[in-house]
Amino acid sequence: MNLWKDFSNGLIKENPTFRLVLGTCPTLALTTAVFNGIGMGIAATAVLIGSNLIISLIKKIVPNEVRIPIYIVVIATFTTIVQMLIQAFSPALDKSLGIYIPLIVVNCIIIARAEAFAAKNPVINSVMDGLGMGLGFTAALTIISAVREILGAGTFLGMPLFGESFEPVLMMILPPGGFLVYGLSIAAFNKITSPRKS
Amino acid sequence: MENSRFLVSSSPHIRSGETTQRIMLDVIIALMPALLAGVFYFGLNALTLTVTAVIFAVATEAVMQIILKKPITVNDLSAVVTGILIAFNVPVTLPLWMVAIGSIFAIAIAKQCFGGLGFNFINPALAGRAMLLASFPAKMTNWVAPGADAVSTATPLAILKGGEAAGQALPGLWDMFVGNIGGCIGETSALALIIGGAYLLYRGVINIRIPATYIGTVAVLTFLFGGFDSSAMIYHVLAGGLFLGAIFMATDYSTSPMTPKGQIIFGIGCGFLTSVIRFFGGYPEGVSYSILLMNLAAPLIDKYTVPRKFGEVKKSA
Repeated sequence: MNLWKDFSNGLIKENPTFRLVLGTCPTLALTTAVFNGIGMGIAATAVLIGSNLIISLIKKIVPNEVRIPIYIVVIATFTTIVQMLIQAFSPALDKSLGIYIPLIVVNCIIIARAEAFAAKNPVINSVMDGLGMGLGFTAALTIISAVREILGAGTFLGMPLFGESFEPVLMMILPPGGFLVYGLSIAAFNKITSPRKS
Repeated sequence: MENSRFLVSSSPHIRSGETTQRIMLDVIIALMPALLAGVFYFGLNALTLTVTAVIFAVATEAVMQIILKKPITVNDLSAVVTGILIAFNVPVTLPLWMVAIGSIFAIAIAKQCFGGLGFNFINPALAGRAMLLASFPAKMTNWVAPGADAVSTATPLAILKGGEAAGQALPGLWDMFVGNIGGCIGETSALALIIGGAYLLYRGVINIRIPATYIGTVAVLTFLFGGFDSSAMIYHVLAGGLFLGAIFMATDYSTSPMTPKGQIIFGIGCGFLTSVIRFFGGYPEGVSYSILLMNLAAPLIDKYTVPRKFGEVKKSA
């Protein structure tokens, strides 16, 4: 029961993208295509689960004063592993994500969950939290990137959806479109998930 | 409140006939010469585009106000003005559905999402134009020469800028003044825009400060940047959307400073940015972006140009 609560926390109640508004840099920069959005989400999820696991294990022996550098080292380790895996198994994804894979190290979601959750909670709960947060992040990136790719390029996962006559709204895959879709989807998310005010 | 008739509301107490509706009606009247010029030079399609833009702007305003549960204020005609200005900012060859998207974006996102009339931080019509230009760059720069044949052409500014359009003959100054050149529907005829501006000045709807400082700054700076060439200066002043922007869009009440000093700073800033974009930027035309950028600075300008209260002593530094 408690584990389920920790897991589902990241999906809606504290969705990192729509509720906590963390990790906005990859959210805005990488959601130009669904492939990138899902790839980034899964990479961040893997790092998040690993770092939450390790940080939760070592929380008793980490001196409070230097905890942030130690967290960063743990996160950087997992990021490097993930980057190497992506390079080995999906060079195309590595190419399109580019600098944003190493930048997972400084992704606020991961640091925030390490500091706010993994450093205070048991190991299994931390892993569930990492999984939930990661999936919430992935879902949010997928939604935003689907809107942007369909409108801005007329494709979904690279497959053309419309006929030749479709005129793509280029702005949607440019930075302004990112901010626009992000803002509107936060509004829609809050509208749908907030309890009705009488 | 047993008898509300004796309650005194806060100031101002003097009533005048000046309503939003009346002001907007004046602006619409002032835009008519430019619309006629657009229809005259670019054909009836210019009128169709304008009507489409207006219909979608008004409808979007009503729909957004219903969704946001606000009083419906389409009667104040501000959405009509926005619609006309959007149509004035696009080339006549633009498909109707694109100008409709521009109208919807301008009203729904740039105006109603920020609170409606008086709360928008950037000019909605220019936001619509910027959105269209970013989204459909090819369609938005598909200029045709005036006349029935729809020969594709370049704007005088694009010719001056060089690149693809270099080598085309520059139109004569008189053609530039009356509007017989390639460009957006409402921007080509400086003459028609000046007539409209004069009407607005006469009616007291706008103040001369912003248009005069804006156009003046562009004139001075293009004279300097252009190597002290007075004919290039006249070209830059007459070409592009400078008159349309300076008279009708930079003077938008909610997005320009309120204080006289602030308005002068605003006009100079717009002129400076326009000249810099035209001479050193990537785009041939910079009026819309310069106004949008200065819109963002308007609250700051207002903050630093608050007039001294009567009897207030300057604080010693």
